Amino acid sequence: MKAIDKVFKALADPSRRELIDRLHAKNGQTLGELCKGLDMARQSVTQHLELLEDANLISVRRVGREKLHTFNPVPIHEIYERWIRKFERGRLDALSNFKAKLERK
Amino acid sequence: MNNAPFVYVTYIAATPQKVWQALVEGELTRQYWRHEQVTDWKPGSKWELVADDGKRTVKHVGKVVESTPNKRLVLTWGDVADAADASKHSRVAIDIETVGQMVRLTVTHDELTPDMRRRISNGWPRVLSSLKSFLETGRPLDVFA
Repeated sequence: MKAIDKVFKALADPSRRELIDRLHAKNGQTLGELCKGLDMARQSVTQHLELLEDANLISVRRVGREKLHTFNPVPIHEIYERWIRKFERGRLDALSNFKAKLERK
Repeated sequence: MNNAPFVYVTYIAATPQKVWQALVEGELTRQYWRHEQVTDWKPGSKWELVADDGKRTVKHVGKVVESTPNKRLVLTWGDVADAADASKHSRVAIDIETVGQMVRLTVTHDELTPDMRRRISNGWPRVLSSLKSFLETGRPLDVFA
């Protein structure tokens, strides 16, 4: 699977988006911390985290005996560049052409 | 307070040598970052991040902590106003590892003040996406548009 496909697949699941939101709010959490207040078995959280790591959306650092999870925004930025900004720019160009045309009349 | 470092990871289809060159050579960084790093890359030497804006505005200052070609770069990173106060400087480590046919580039930005945390959080993803595009396709992204 291509890197970008993994990112879209990872983001397609609400539980994984929730985990990303939690890490965005507080980076560097352990599995235990991430499980707190989540209505999900520890085992599923582990699986979701593995999928997120494989998609490069989180990175894992070992500090002593703990594994700390950190959100990596770079792939989402790549989606933004490739799939969002490009289309915004097209629309903005269209608007400014429209304005130029109207003002010439 | 949250003191966890920011960790940014990107995979680039290039050699460690190419990635290193793209990081340290001003001629290249100007193309995808619109900045260059002015330093002789020796540990202990002064380091400056200079904007390619015609006026060569100094954006950040610090020191080179470690510089191992094609592998690892560590810098202290502070605001120009805090140039003399090393206690306010953050720390940036850039690691280059080979993973299969790719290079895994990791930027770890640590020891941040809350103010700097806010400001850098958007910067690195843009720079890294642009670097990746530059090395893989020859075209940088329009990073600061």
